[in-house]
Amino acid sequence: MTTAQVTAPGFSTGEPSLLTQARWAVSDTLTIARRGLLVWMRVPAYIVFTVIQPVIFVLLFAYVFGGAIPIKGTTYVNFLLPGIIAQTAAFASFGTAIALAQELQKGVIDRLRSMPMARSAVLAGRLVADTLRMLVTILIIVGVGYIVGFRFQNGFGLAVAMVALATVFGISICVIAAFTGLAIGDEESVQAFGLIWLFPLTFISSAFVPISTMPGWLQAFANNQPVTYVVDTMRAMALGGPIADNLWKSLAWLAGIFIVFVPLAVRAYKRAA
Amino acid sequence: MTDNGSGPAILVEGLTKSFGDVHALRGIDLSVPRGTVLGVLGPNGAGKTTAVRILTTLLQPDGGRAVVEGHDVVREAAAVRRSIGLSGQSAAIQEELTGRENLEMIGRLYHMRKPDTKIRAVELLDQFDLADAADRAAKTYSGGMQRRLDLAASLVGRPQVLFLDEPTTGLDPRSRLGMWDIIRSLVATGTTLLLTTQYLDEADELADEIVVIDHGQVIAAGTSEELKSRVGGDVLEFSVPDRSQIPDAVTATTKVGEGEPHLDEDTGIVSIGVGGRGSDALIEAVRSLDAAGVATQGLALRRPSLDDVFLALTGHAAEDEESGKPKRGRRQGKQDKQDAKVSS
Repeated sequence: MTTAQVTAPGFSTGEPSLLTQARWAVSDTLTIARRGLLVWMRVPAYIVFTVIQPVIFVLLFAYVFGGAIPIKGTTYVNFLLPGIIAQTAAFASFGTAIALAQELQKGVIDRLRSMPMARSAVLAGRLVADTLRMLVTILIIVGVGYIVGFRFQNGFGLAVAMVALATVFGISICVIAAFTGLAIGDEESVQAFGLIWLFPLTFISSAFVPISTMPGWLQAFANNQPVTYVVDTMRAMALGGPIADNLWKSLAWLAGIFIVFVPLAVRAYKRAA
Repeated sequence: MTDNGSGPAILVEGLTKSFGDVHALRGIDLSVPRGTVLGVLGPNGAGKTTAVRILTTLLQPDGGRAVVEGHDVVREAAAVRRSIGLSGQSAAIQEELTGRENLEMIGRLYHMRKPDTKIRAVELLDQFDLADAADRAAKTYSGGMQRRLDLAASLVGRPQVLFLDEPTTGLDPRSRLGMWDIIRSLVATGTTLLLTTQYLDEADELADEIVVIDHGQVIAAGTSEELKSRVGGDVLEFSVPDRSQIPDAVTATTKVGEGEPHLDEDTGIVSIGVGGRGSDALIEAVRSLDAAGVATQGLALRRPSLDDVFLALTGHAAEDEESGKPKRGRRQGKQDKQDAKVSS
């Protein structure tokens, strides 16, 4: 039996050119990103989670813990801000995982996969939206930081570099979250334990307290994990100090996360059921 | 089958799919002529959703082949996606967005020009009686409205072939009838439709042809009338209010009918196929039930329904496998898988 090449009126059977496909991939990604941002703006809980909660964290840490944690050479607020920005960037990934699990559960992903849109767009669009969301949060934290006494000490260029590093770090966690959300595929489970590891990862680091205050066995972990490398780099960018060593370690970790989890997330999306 | 006018809209040959050691599809064949409605009927876990997921390119088959509008679902998946619409078991819409925004977004993803997406959205909102709610968030919609919006979304790209996976599961009776009207009007415009359902009356009502699937295999195919004739005659049915008398009732009526009486455990309804000897069998049943001292309710003779067909074909009632509960689709592929496990 021969398989027919049917030509139906109204659409062409030939595959669109590569250029057209690339154009569609971009426009589809933007459409999905726009949708993600619209949803975000319509749900008060999401706004609270991404805007108000980080602000509360800044105020709590600065005023409640700040007095008890002496920092050599600078104020606690200066010490804290890069850490809290890194933590907030990482926690933006909750939104990624929950949204994808929700869409999977409700059949939205099935619908999108059965349509002639670019297959990469659902994940890419989601990450674009989440990145923009993350940037808004970071800028708000910097603003609040300035109100409570934080100051960049190292010039505008390195301040921008710090925000950029935080963002790339946040995106890398979002990619892990995308994989987690699609692999677990159940909103409640994702919320309950899908990203629970982020708490020890961010708190057992240099983000909120100097590692030297932790018990020795904990220091071993805290000193050698990616959040510490990223936070130390960001801190050096914001306040001064040697950057290169921690920056390379950070970038190596981030590259490793992307290399492992981008294919995993893509595979989970393709197989999503 | 090389031109658009004569080949079937959907052709499936020997399709198989397993999840681990669970055989969701064990080689099914289907052929759906253009502009007709095929009802795929079967209980939960029969393999209906798996078949739809393969035909809509969401899942790769293990063996066999499937062709939609002349395009192979594996090798020409992109072309298949350009000619189909899918509406699944739950409303796949973005609840935070309005009905209009949902439809316009889908239009953008079909690469329609922006003004065209707006026109198409208005058309569909009118057609599905959602114009008044167009600018409200979809989460404020009733269940029936959400389903209608979901169906509208599947039609944005003007598909030639539409797949509806259990379109009325979970709807109240009134919304269900409304959905039937909508589906009929779609078919009137020439759309080919493949509809899965576990409701026998739904297939009876909407489908030109019906295939009955059980345990991943097609166990019967034909029109509703043809399937009913498979039961071969009338059905005698009654219920026994005093459940302790049910065994006596079954014994008393065993010789009345052709084959064993069937007892529905949930409802306490006993039914017996009585072939062509309807009224004789009725009198006989009344006498022997009376002699056995069994009190019955609603003893009657009726034309066979598709329920009886299913029973005759499979030896079990259509909704037996998951205690008759309509399932609310979550992760449908996995759901099918689990159900298949339960029933195999």
